[in-house]
Amino acid sequence: MPLCRKIALASLVAMLLCGLPLFAGQSRTNIFSPQSAPARSIVAVSHFTLAITGLIFAVVGGLLAYVIIRFRRRDSDDGTEPPQIFGSTQIELSWTIIPVLIVTVIFLTTARVIFDVQDAPKPKSALDVTVVGHQFWWEVRYPGSQVTTANELHVPVSSASAPTPTFIKLTSADVVHSFWVPELAGKTDVIPNRINELWIAPEKAGLFEGQCAQFCGAEHALMLLRVYADTPENFAAWIRQQQQLAAAPQSDAVAQGRKQFEAQACINCHAVAGTVANGRFGPDLTHLMSRDTLASGAMPNTPENLARWIDNPDTFKHGSLMPSMHLTKPQIDQITTYLVTLK
Amino acid sequence: MSESSMPLPGRLPDVAEQESRTDTFGNIVEILHDWVTTVDHKKIGILYILYSLVMLVAGGIEILLIRLQLAGPRLNVVPAEVFNRLFTMHGTTMIFFVAMPIFVGFANYLVPLMLGVRDIAFPRLNAFSFWMTAFGGLLLYYSFLGGDGLQGAGTAPDVGWFAYAPLTERAFSRGHSTDFWALALILSGFGSIGGAINFITTAFCLRCKGMTLFRMPLFVWLMIVSSVLVILAVSPLTAAQAMLLIDRYLGGHFFDTQAGGSATIWMHFFWIFGHPEVYVLIMPAFGIASEVIPVFSRKAIFGYPAMVAASVSIAFVSLSVWAHHMFTIGMSAAGNAFFALSTMIVGIPTGIKIFNWLATLWGGKIRFEVPMLFSLAFLFQFLIAGLTGIMLAVAPFNWQLHNSYFVVAHFHYVIVGAILFMVFAGFYYWYPKVTGRMLDGRLGKLHFWLFVIGFHVTFDTMHIPGILGMPRQIYTYEIDRGWGTYNLVVTIGAFIQAVAILIFVANLIISLFRGKIAGPDPWDAWTLEWTTASPPHAYNFDAEPVVYSARPLWDLKHPDDPD
Repeated sequence: MPLCRKIALASLVAMLLCGLPLFAGQSRTNIFSPQSAPARSIVAVSHFTLAITGLIFAVVGGLLAYVIIRFRRRDSDDGTEPPQIFGSTQIELSWTIIPVLIVTVIFLTTARVIFDVQDAPKPKSALDVTVVGHQFWWEVRYPGSQVTTANELHVPVSSASAPTPTFIKLTSADVVHSFWVPELAGKTDVIPNRINELWIAPEKAGLFEGQCAQFCGAEHALMLLRVYADTPENFAAWIRQQQQLAAAPQSDAVAQGRKQFEAQACINCHAVAGTVANGRFGPDLTHLMSRDTLASGAMPNTPENLARWIDNPDTFKHGSLMPSMHLTKPQIDQITTYLVTLK
Repeated sequence: MSESSMPLPGRLPDVAEQESRTDTFGNIVEILHDWVTTVDHKKIGILYILYSLVMLVAGGIEILLIRLQLAGPRLNVVPAEVFNRLFTMHGTTMIFFVAMPIFVGFANYLVPLMLGVRDIAFPRLNAFSFWMTAFGGLLLYYSFLGGDGLQGAGTAPDVGWFAYAPLTERAFSRGHSTDFWALALILSGFGSIGGAINFITTAFCLRCKGMTLFRMPLFVWLMIVSSVLVILAVSPLTAAQAMLLIDRYLGGHFFDTQAGGSATIWMHFFWIFGHPEVYVLIMPAFGIASEVIPVFSRKAIFGYPAMVAASVSIAFVSLSVWAHHMFTIGMSAAGNAFFALSTMIVGIPTGIKIFNWLATLWGGKIRFEVPMLFSLAFLFQFLIAGLTGIMLAVAPFNWQLHNSYFVVAHFHYVIVGAILFMVFAGFYYWYPKVTGRMLDGRLGKLHFWLFVIGFHVTFDTMHIPGILGMPRQIYTYEIDRGWGTYNLVVTIGAFIQAVAILIFVANLIISLFRGKIAGPDPWDAWTLEWTTASPPHAYNFDAEPVVYSARPLWDLKHPDDPD
């Protein structure tokens, strides 16, 4: 019986340890499918650690299983006590020294990666981005180009020939959050009254997902994060587009909507560049429709979802700090009509 | 009921019956009064253990609700706010009101018996400590009723069990739920410190004749180490809670970042408590393993002095590792390297302990009784928990794994796979001493196998969503993240464990009435508690014992070959 159990146990753990790299590709938030320099260095040291700890498990776990089977009491036992052994200095010294050596090796490898990632020099070509954590969304600013957006970062792909890593300054407007996009880098906490820095260098274009990794209140679970790595040309185009002021209304219905929007409390929290709306508490809406999701990834950004969100944010995100303004159906329709023109 | 309370016409009420009824009532009052006012270490120990078991069930119900909510993506079993309360209460309950008091209960009962003395050093402080701990837990749970303060504020605490500031400040945590949390932990903290002072004093000042420090059972040594850590670790937590309350009600700004306070100061305070706390809990588990493994492999513990030295050095090193919970807060590279190294160093004395238990088994005649089954599973699981701990100590690896379900799996491997398994081992081992009856072996084995299976289904699987990027403390997750199947398996495992625990509780109750009579020494063991009757008399020993070695009963049983 114990034999079966140990074998089952050992194989479970072996599966766990050996199977880790196999998950690559199944999930877009897998820490073992790095797409950026810091994440890649982390995976290297992680594989090294897994190999050593796997080996220790095989040796010590194997010994334990052997001892339990070999020294079980047999049916033929005569009832006498086995020889009593109280210790052995030589043996105990040896199993003190071997772990010391192992720890030394793991520590030196670890320290190298810590310094490599944390103290990486910042090239002149690097892009600066500031991310401010809020309950429960991300404010994104590009200080070099005066662009403000929310929840969806756009960064350039960084190639070996022309490295354009992105250095992100992190701070928080309220409580502690944590910025985590597993395929790009390890997480870094977003702490009020403190500025942390993180860098990423995506190797290929595409969408990388993540989310807040430090409990920050009611809707911590729906504080999702999307990073779009664009080719340098696409990124430059995106920046140019985001620098534009909001489009002027092209029809009466839209103009009505804008009037309604500006007459309501919306503008106390939201900004639309080029209008009287300059609130700072909520996401900037100047180019709202250029984003794929609403409410920090809580749902896809469609006109229907937008209307339902304005009607009552609790439907999608119960603890959201945006209140329901108790608008009438026509008011909601007017405002939605206006907002969907903010491309 | 109707017959006895409705006397037939013409018949006087049965005097004898009435008398016996008042007697029963009187007896119950007397018994209750006795238990409430007792200063006997054995009764206080039992109170601690029963209290922890009740809290274990409360924390268990909370976790089952959490697991139902997480069984699939975007489920709506409980709303977000309730979910956040549930995991805060689950963590706080399991650490402060199950794991800590249950070992204090074991130690209360056992330390005086193991040292051959009549009671613990300060019996009234002991009773005070228990009631402080108990009231702390009641206060915490009263928050479900009394936590409401302002309109719209929540009931029970919902800030996570490590309650990072400034989420706990009044700007973000309205109402009184956070106050209940802080005050409950201050109260139970006083209880823990009182208990720790008692164990240290008892072990250093009250040993029977011949019981030198190095003849004490290892369980007592490990309780000393655990108690020293309680005093060093719980004090900063209490201080931090006081600072938090000053912030909330007296206009302080310790953690109030909007007025220049620091969020990281809370983290430092909390983890200076929080990491040694792990060793506060694991030391008594080591102690139970060091009692059970020798007896059921029929050999003396291998390397007793090394075991003591290793425990003391784990405690010492554990005081300088706290910031490995904070590798992601933006410490300097040198700071990260320091805490990575100090954390890895803990692995060395811990390795020594595992090897010494292994060497104790080596050459023995292993009896697979229920306490031993739990201890052997403990060895495997603790090994794995230690190795995932090394992974987490590798700071860059930690930048990915921190606050993910990998960490949740890791610390449950420690707290359930190692600590709770040894709690169960302790129950099966000492239940006969406390009640005079054996726990049923067949139910015990059923409990063991179900629990082992449930444990591995749950916690082995739980590592995977962490690797796939699932953060902890989220009430729901997206469908396309690929975490759903693993979470469903985890939930199934949790319910298997719940069934196993029900069987265990049933066994505790059934065996109390129907268990086999144990006699003073059912396991053929060697330490002093097995020389006295089961259950022991009020004064423990008829005469003060005199010992000549670490295994007094071995000397008695083998006069030709004493230690």
